[in-house]
Amino acid sequence: MMRYMTAETINLEELAAKARAGLDAATDEAALEAWRVAHLGRKGTLTSVLRRLGSLEMEERRRIGGEANKLKAELEAALEEKLSDLHGQRIAATIQEGQIDVTLPGRSKRVGRLHPITQTLRQVVDIFVSLGFSVAEGPEVETDYYNFEALLLDRDHPARDMQDTLYVDYVRDGVYPFMMRTHTSPNQVRFMEEHKPPIRVVVPGKCYRNEATDPTHEWMITQIEILAVDEGISLADLKGTLFEFAKRMFGQERKVRFRCDYFPYVEPGVDMAIDCFLCGGRGCRTCHREGWIEIMGAGMVHPKILANMGYDADRVTGFAAGMGAERIALLLHGIEDIRRFYQNDLRFLEQF
Amino acid sequence: MRVSFKWLAEYVDIDLGPEEVGHRLTMAGLEMERIERVGGDWDEEFITVGHVLSVDAHPNADRLRLATVDYGGDDPLTVACGAPNVAVGQKIAFARAGARLIDGRSGKSAVLKPAKIRGVESSGMVCSEKELGLSGEHEGILVLDAGAPVGAPLSQYLGGSILDLDVTPNRPDWLSMLGVAREVAALTGTVVREPEHTYEELDDPAPARVSVEIADPDLCFRYVASVIEGVKLGPSPSWMQERLNAAGMRPINNVVDITNYVMLEVGQPLHAFDFSTVGGEKIIVRRAKEGEKLITLDGERRELTADMLVIADEKKPVALAGVMGGAESEVTEETQTILLESATFHAPNIRRTASHLKSRTEASARFEKGLSPELAMVAAQRATKLLVELAGGRALHGLVDNYPAPVKEIRIDVTRRRLEQVLGIDLPTSTVREALTSLGFGCKWEPPEHYQVRVPYWRTDVDIPDDIAEEVARIVGYDQIPTKNLGGDIPPAIPQPLRDLRERLRDALAAAGMQEVITYSLTTSEELKRVLPEGQLEQLLRVVNPLSAEHEYLRPVLRGSVLKTLAANVRQREGEVALFEASRVYLPRSGELPDEQEHIVGVVTGTRDDRWGRSSDEPVDFYDAKGYAQAALQVAGVEGTFEAAEDFGLLPGRTAVVSAGGARVGVIGQLHPSVASSFGIDRDVYLFELVVDDLLPAVQAGVAYAPLMRFPPVVQDIALVVESSQPAEDVRRLIERHELVLAAEVFDVYEGEGVPADRKSLAFSVTYQSAEKTLTDKEVARAQSEILKRLSDELNAELRG
Repeated sequence: MMRYMTAETINLEELAAKARAGLDAATDEAALEAWRVAHLGRKGTLTSVLRRLGSLEMEERRRIGGEANKLKAELEAALEEKLSDLHGQRIAATIQEGQIDVTLPGRSKRVGRLHPITQTLRQVVDIFVSLGFSVAEGPEVETDYYNFEALLLDRDHPARDMQDTLYVDYVRDGVYPFMMRTHTSPNQVRFMEEHKPPIRVVVPGKCYRNEATDPTHEWMITQIEILAVDEGISLADLKGTLFEFAKRMFGQERKVRFRCDYFPYVEPGVDMAIDCFLCGGRGCRTCHREGWIEIMGAGMVHPKILANMGYDADRVTGFAAGMGAERIALLLHGIEDIRRFYQNDLRFLEQF
Repeated sequence: MRVSFKWLAEYVDIDLGPEEVGHRLTMAGLEMERIERVGGDWDEEFITVGHVLSVDAHPNADRLRLATVDYGGDDPLTVACGAPNVAVGQKIAFARAGARLIDGRSGKSAVLKPAKIRGVESSGMVCSEKELGLSGEHEGILVLDAGAPVGAPLSQYLGGSILDLDVTPNRPDWLSMLGVAREVAALTGTVVREPEHTYEELDDPAPARVSVEIADPDLCFRYVASVIEGVKLGPSPSWMQERLNAAGMRPINNVVDITNYVMLEVGQPLHAFDFSTVGGEKIIVRRAKEGEKLITLDGERRELTADMLVIADEKKPVALAGVMGGAESEVTEETQTILLESATFHAPNIRRTASHLKSRTEASARFEKGLSPELAMVAAQRATKLLVELAGGRALHGLVDNYPAPVKEIRIDVTRRRLEQVLGIDLPTSTVREALTSLGFGCKWEPPEHYQVRVPYWRTDVDIPDDIAEEVARIVGYDQIPTKNLGGDIPPAIPQPLRDLRERLRDALAAAGMQEVITYSLTTSEELKRVLPEGQLEQLLRVVNPLSAEHEYLRPVLRGSVLKTLAANVRQREGEVALFEASRVYLPRSGELPDEQEHIVGVVTGTRDDRWGRSSDEPVDFYDAKGYAQAALQVAGVEGTFEAAEDFGLLPGRTAVVSAGGARVGVIGQLHPSVASSFGIDRDVYLFELVVDDLLPAVQAGVAYAPLMRFPPVVQDIALVVESSQPAEDVRRLIERHELVLAAEVFDVYEGEGVPADRKSLAFSVTYQSAEKTLTDKEVARAQSEILKRLSDELNAELRG
């Protein structure tokens, strides 16, 4: 015999009231899960109502079904909210318990640093590389030929006094043919011997002078040589290139000053100064109250040297320039004593 | 070159201040180092030119006198004076009470106060040079020129600016007042006044009294001599003394002062001989005989060599040409007749002689830069004139002039195209001509392209068109040259693999936590002795003229210098100190430049840092150093192998050779404690040394990508018991030899309880992997047993139970 369910046997009101009360009473995730099983689970109170809908008449089924589904949605949403609240409370509790002192130092990791001269050298070289220059290096112990003669500094040239030389204890034909190079300029010749124009090269390296040291003089220095040789290079290109360097190295607002100077291997000879970036050109200790800081010697490569390289000096011209990395680093960091660099006191080195 | 601004004004009209003149000279290539102000601190009111009206004995002191001085005030003042040279009629520098002077005894600056000196009121002072800060001279008072205006502030009369100019080696003409004046004239648009050089002569011709023979015309290009009779030796006029002082030269007597004055004025060194000492009335300019002796003016007995040039009479040298006169022929009180020499010598020869005898003089400094023979005549005439006018001399008629090969005027054909090519600007022809003529050059424009330029005799530095380009540019101003950017093709880049590798290693070591240092390339033999075996010490390279013994030897290793740096730093450090240097070393090669190799040396000492970065009680060990070395190798893309070895200065049993690509690339180990203590380090030091040149061949060009495995790896740990002396690396390599093993890594070493006495336990983490499939447990187990069998057979290793 078929048993018909009637609407009266399904008391949704009561079911809803119980379920709501049960949900209110549940305070942790376990209780909520139990409540979900009891009401919304496969054998839960609401689920069984929905299962029994089939036995109702069409009209009843539609009415009660609609209400039951609405109730289900309501209970599910309420559960979701409750769960989310609980989750939030738990995270809040975790945060509360897990507070750390963020001002304590990080776990120690050793940090090594490059020597400030290495850093400066790279800065300078990188600027010229970005202007299309290659990098080369040359020997630190040089022959008299490359260090002097090929640069038009004969043995008796008075300008040899400008560079007191440390000679290597080796005699050939009554003279010392080897020396600690006094500048990186020998690499102009070495490079031109190996390459044809167009040439753009920057040559960094250590140089040595037989010179007493003081806060502004060091006997071992690091020079950077710049050489550009091609048809159509003039003093104007020298000015433009070195000005560009000065701006990139010391700031776009830098002004530069070019004046005449003498180096035997260039003609015309140039000295470049930048306006003092510490005092803005008004004059201070760093710029010796002149407002200008000399940073580079330069000039147009002497045509005799170009001709000696086998170039056609009527067509090919070039410029060369040289600067000291120590001087640049002194200026950049406001260091008062050049000897600091090679004393290698860690308290100094670790600042860079 | 010290240039008195007042003196300069004698040759050129200047309406600019000394700063502006100095600035223009600097921009044009003659750098002004500073301006010295003479008398800048002399009070105008209290320090004036005084006139000594009378000198009386001091009533109470024999050594003091009382000088009555008209100083320009209403009444003369009488003051005590201790100077022996004070005399009636002198013009002197007079200071009244209130003046700030330098105390003659203490050398300190102080304000003069009225005082009673031995009972006589004295409220002023007749000043010495020292008291005025002019020099250290304090024996007598400063006597001014007789024409000095009484009462004028001394600062106006005697003070002034001195430009200290840094003369470049190419410009001997700038070592003269006239040369600087020419430059100033060109830069200010005025003209120079040449000094007078005409004088009255006797009728006797000079060439009849003396002959000049140039025996070595390759070293002496011109010799001009004049003969002046009846010279009376005495002090030179005070204006000349003032100028000499301003230039930094000490006045001596009128004859010497005149030769020096003319040298400063026109740039030509001169010498005055006592003619009576020149035997045979003949001057011979010749090379010295080997071993010939000459006592020079400074009293030094010089032994000469055959490549030195001397001025000689028929028998003996009387002067060292261009460097210094002889003592015997020096002008003295007894001198009646003077032979004045104005000559031109071979610059390199003078330079060599002066530097050989360590006797650089004002004269040699000018000669060695190369003077024009034309200048010799100009200077001879000028000096003779002054000797006649200021030393009471009578000049014989004419000059003796031996000038075997007169130099020709230099002419340069300069094209407009070349000027533009060098300077980057096509300057108007009028600009070019004005610039050149202002400097004394001749310049003729031949349209459309050529300038015919004549070089004035004093410009011995100019001989090619580009020299002319510089002259034009520096007078026009370098700031007038346009600024352009390099155009044209960018040349091909040139690979620098060694440099690139060295820089990558630098980065790697710094990134791993080491601090880079850079130490001096030259060091002491003592330092090298501590780190080099004896055999290598014999062939060390050294410099002949070291600055100090500290920097004498070219280092063939970096170790010594880096250890010295470490020693200097550990004294003030706790915790780990890890330093490295990447620099060149110099390996001797017979008759050639040394082989320069790129080395890297790292040193580690101290204790590891704890969580707080403080030093823990855990000392660093070999493996810290190895960790740094491996970090570097890894970044370089090189797989290094480490094998036990021995090396000088490193502790046996804790030293390994580092190899890569089958070749030795370095060494690592604990520094021998005796070496450490020789550097003053009393803790364990670990050191590694990499030869970048040797490492380079092992560096792979680029990275060959290995495809990521599709199938999961299986990781298993095994513990093996092996002999204590068994290197772990052999075991590891054997495990990795199995085809299914991707990698094997050591993760523990244990000796002690549970392991037999002469054995140790090594724990490995072994990763099995196949490129074809997921490995089954069975396949892994089979692989492991195969490995264990090989380990047992080959290395006597067994699985730890």
